[in-house]
Amino acid sequence: MSDVPSAPNTHAIGLYINGEQHHLQVPPWLTLLDLLRDELDLVGTKKGCDHGQCGACTVLRNGRRVNACLTLAIMCDGDELTTIEGLAHGDRLHPLQQAFIAHDAFQCGYCTPGQICSAVGMAREGRARSRAQIQEAMSGNLCRCGAYSNIVAAVEEALPQMGGPRP
Amino acid sequence: MMPFAYSKPDSIEQAVQQAGPDARFIAGGTNLLDLMKENVERPARVIDITGLPLREVRTTANGGLQIGALVSNAELAWHLDVEARYPLLSQAILAGASPQLRNMASTGGNLLQRTRCHYFYDAAVPCNKRAPGSGCPARDGLNRQHAILGASEHCVAVHPSDMCVALAALEARVLVHGRQGEREIPFADFHRLPGATPERDNCLAEDELIVAIALPPPPFVACSHYLKLRDRASYAFALVSVAAGLVVADDNSIAGLRVALGGVAHKPWRDVGLERSMLGRPATRESYAAFADALLRDARPLAHNAFKITLAKNAIIRALTQAQAAEEHP
Ligand SMILES: Cc1cc2nc3c(=O)[nH]c(=O)nc-3n(C[C@H](O)[C@H](O)[C@H](O)COP(=O)(O)OP(=O)(O)OC[C@H]3O[C@@H](n4cnc5c(N)ncnc54)[C@H](O)[C@@H]3O)c2cc1C
Ligand code: FES
Ligand code: FES
Repeated sequence: MSDVPSAPNTHAIGLYINGEQHHLQVPPWLTLLDLLRDELDLVGTKKGCDHGQCGACTVLRNGRRVNACLTLAIMCDGDELTTIEGLAHGDRLHPLQQAFIAHDAFQCGYCTPGQICSAVGMAREGRARSRAQIQEAMSGNLCRCGAYSNIVAAVEEALPQMGGPRP
Repeated sequence: MMPFAYSKPDSIEQAVQQAGPDARFIAGGTNLLDLMKENVERPARVIDITGLPLREVRTTANGGLQIGALVSNAELAWHLDVEARYPLLSQAILAGASPQLRNMASTGGNLLQRTRCHYFYDAAVPCNKRAPGSGCPARDGLNRQHAILGASEHCVAVHPSDMCVALAALEARVLVHGRQGEREIPFADFHRLPGATPERDNCLAEDELIVAIALPPPPFVACSHYLKLRDRASYAFALVSVAAGLVVADDNSIAGLRVALGGVAHKPWRDVGLERSMLGRPATRESYAAFADALLRDARPLAHNAFKITLAKNAIIRALTQAQAAEEHP
């Protein structure tokens, strides 16, 4: 089977992003990260390494935290996505956003959207409780500024306020 | 990433029909897309298998477990039956990658992830695994992470999976479906040593799809331990890892022993004959040390990885000691 089937270059997909429905035409090789940032101007989600190594691109796909840089947009057809832009309710910040401010849990802020989305996913998994467990469960998110101790403190504080099935 | 054509088959038969030398299956995408971004993989067609009905974990008639190829690493590690009956598998999976990656990565894809050798990943340099016949810069280059057992003059790469080390110790079987029908491959025969054809990591044919992993009933439950040693405490590949399982008789002699090593060879490393020779010996540190010496007796270090021999021996002793302690104080 060496002849490439004459497939169209773009495919129609539907995504629910932060509660809003989007009908899009995407080429198969477009990553979810590039779709969010370059096509939809949702630039809160960051590109650090583009190889699954840093966690800056973490978003929630059907409620689970994933690396958007290693996800093809076309494979998300029909899925529900939450990015950092979708966590606050109007002017009311998500408990984690509030806790990050209270604990000064960043310096440059580049890793922060990924850290927060990752912590929302972690809370839904319901596995991490102790400080050591939080550290391990947040190890997929690197912080080049080394704000780790404040990040863990913020997550620890916000965790009890994040009950319930939805972020 | 190079452009490619995309298809999403509805059935296993369709997926297998669409396979070919210019095509790759995609599941979680965490390894394939990474390699495509580096131009190490350049498929003309990508076949999305995530629509196939391969997401079930079920108990088999013989009391084992059958795991669908699309079950995610996170789901599997936290599956109640796996946690209760195959804790070694849970521990190994949770020691690998990150929570995000484990949510994405599939059971089948984990078996087929490629080596993390820097030279394999750099499309600008020679590598027999990536470009057969071009040479192996790792042999005389930076080879701290590389193999100490079973390597060849053509390739010194190691298999990077944690999950596979546990599956080797648990004697899993790999269920595959190809155009010729189905077959079952014992785990020990699934991955291969590099020899003169390091481009082949395993014995899967081009048209074959992994559909499931079958685990026999657990040979040991509490008495097992996965120990992973790496450069940082989390989110790093193993320098050396050990999946250890033990059965201790009432007179404190060894009634069963399994040890698989990760990070040391082109496949999870076991010596079943040597394991058998330990039966009846006292379950003590001295016996474990003798076993470790014997398992590493053929190790051949490269310029930068001799430390792995000592590390592996000590890791074996510690993993077996902890497996034994796990049984005594569950
Ligand atoms: C930063 C980083 C750190 C990591 N750390 C670790 C670690 O510490 N330990 C560890 O074990 N792993 C680690 N991994 C690797 C990770 O576990 C693998 O990438 C993952 O398991 C691959 O699964 P997947 O479903 O994403 O595979 P994919 O990328 O979708 O596919 C991988 C390969 O398998 C083939 N394939 C997939 N499914 C099937 C099937 N059912 N039948 C036939 N072929 C199939 C594909 O064609 C492709 O060639 C890490 C990965 C990254 C990016
Ligand atoms: S940008 Fe995705 S993990 Fe770094
Ligand atoms: S705050 Fe700068 S990278 Fe984390």
